[in-house]
Amino acid sequence: MTARAKARLGDRVFQAAAMGAGLLILVALAAVAIFLIAKAMPALVASPEELKRDGTDFWPYVPPLIFGTVWAAFLALLFALPLAVGIALFISHYAPRKLAQGLGYAIDLLAAIPSVVYGLWGILVLAPAVRPLYEWLVNNVGWFPLFAGPVSGTGRTVLTVAVVLAVMILPIITALCREVFLQTPPLHEEAALALGATRWEVVKMAVLPFGRAGIISATMLGLGRALGETMAVAMVLSPSIIISFALLQSQNPTTIAANIALKFPEATGLGINALIATGLVLFAITFVVNALARVVINRRKEFSGAN
Amino acid sequence: MSKRIEVENLNVFYGKFLAVEGVSLTIEPRTVTAFIGPSGCGKSTLLRTLNRMHEVIPGARVDGRVAIDGKNLYDLDVDPVLVRRQVGMVFQRPNPFPTMSIKENVLAGVKLNNGRISRSDADDLVEKSLKGANLWKEVKDRLDRPGSSLSGGQQQRLCIARAIAVSPDVLLMDEPCSALDPISTLAIEDLIEELKRDYTIVIVTHNMQQASRVSDRTAFFNIAGTGLPGRLIEVDDTATIFERPTEKSTEDYISGRFG
Ligand SMILES: Nc1ncnc2c1ncn2[C@@H]1O[C@H](COP(=O)(O)OP(=O)(O)OP(=O)(O)O)[C@@H](O)[C@H]1O
Ligand SMILES: [Mg+2]
Repeated sequence: MTARAKARLGDRVFQAAAMGAGLLILVALAAVAIFLIAKAMPALVASPEELKRDGTDFWPYVPPLIFGTVWAAFLALLFALPLAVGIALFISHYAPRKLAQGLGYAIDLLAAIPSVVYGLWGILVLAPAVRPLYEWLVNNVGWFPLFAGPVSGTGRTVLTVAVVLAVMILPIITALCREVFLQTPPLHEEAALALGATRWEVVKMAVLPFGRAGIISATMLGLGRALGETMAVAMVLSPSIIISFALLQSQNPTTIAANIALKFPEATGLGINALIATGLVLFAITFVVNALARVVINRRKEFSGAN
Repeated sequence: MSKRIEVENLNVFYGKFLAVEGVSLTIEPRTVTAFIGPSGCGKSTLLRTLNRMHEVIPGARVDGRVAIDGKNLYDLDVDPVLVRRQVGMVFQRPNPFPTMSIKENVLAGVKLNNGRISRSDADDLVEKSLKGANLWKEVKDRLDRPGSSLSGGQQQRLCIARAIAVSPDVLLMDEPCSALDPISTLAIEDLIEELKRDYTIVIVTHNMQQASRVSDRTAFFNIAGTGLPGRLIEVDDTATIFERPTEKSTEDYISGRFG
């Protein structure tokens, strides 16, 4: 038997610490999953009659919530992603250095605002402000299913929520994209420039392809926040349990997290279990979305430039 | 097509720092000119002023004149983007786009500025450029693989193929072989010999044998001390520079008695 080379102390300590940190995350995740499953089980196995007795229902109740959660988050992402990528590109590649720094700070500050404040802003500022726009949309392009009437009288619709969510997730996506874009190897930017690329073409040829995985990761973080956001949604929407794509009506689907927050205080017995079960569903949605992102990132791994 | 480059009284700055001072030099069409000189004397800096790549560094600027076929590149009405399409560049470290396939890399320059090209023309151009860069045989069966899957020497030839695919007038090379093994280096030197028929070539090199093997003319640059600007000491036919240089410092540098 040959003796193994002696491992250095520093390496061993570091390895143990890194391993410990990794395990800790897995343990925390497992603990949450176990808690959710254990508490959700009673509601999942209970008969409709038993659920009724505790004033709740589960299976008919979950699809609209899933829909509302995914729909609001999707809309938010639709607004936030292009804007975030645009701002990040502006900061990293277009703005003069002073302005870029100022903008960077402003964006980071946005990230620190608590969601209650966003919720208040949504109710007090955004909703009244967009009402005329909503009315105009319903009157003029109401034939388009998304903008079908009757228009909400308060402006507090799923579209408003999506805008609030978009503003909330904008900073995190922007900040990460900016970091990624700044990491573009100068070598590749110069390669593009030397071929006679304009600034925009450099972005298309070198910056965006190189940042692709980073943009997806940033998007996932933003999406995670949008999916799980509770306060802002709960404050802005008066919820209904429906599936509807209409953006401007007074009846709007709500999200899982907001629904839990609103219903929890008065839930009893199996009602509590049912709410926790919806939490489990949210957990599963997040998991699936992240798994999909991984697949997308890995599909073109060879071309990622990480070698 | 191949064009004459005339540099007149060129000063090159990085912000306030004068990196290269008072260079005047003429480069004839269809020749290979080598820039040699100690590290930090401004060879790369000067080379990058020939396609206006210098100015992409914040604060960098030049004064003086660089004319290609009589037209000053630094005239106010000249678009640097168009200059760079006319003057191709190969860098010290091979830099194919990692996110593109071999084929896409070759076509990268052609597709710029909304350049459209039919599929069959594209295939022809890819083949022609890769043959021009002596790489065709090695990669013809894996054109859709990432450019980064090639060896260093192959990557550098891919970069040359990418540069010549847009048929520039001039090809600038900044130590194109310094990251390569001797065999790949020879392959690229042979290639330069062939490219000379169509292009005006300027190459920066630290390798004296390479300069004497590939170039027709050699320009020697030197620097008097740190913080001082680099200057052109002399430029002449390569044979003259290597056998009977006018300046003592040239002779010292070439014979390795430098510093
Ligand atoms: N981006 C930059 N900003 C400021 N100064 C620079 C920059 N690049 C180069 N310089 C300075 O300009 C001078 C010339 O540098 P340059 O890279 O042109 O030398 P070189 O002759 O190519 O050297 P080498 O043979 O080592 O590549 C050096 O003093 C260097 O420090
Ligand atoms: Mg150099």
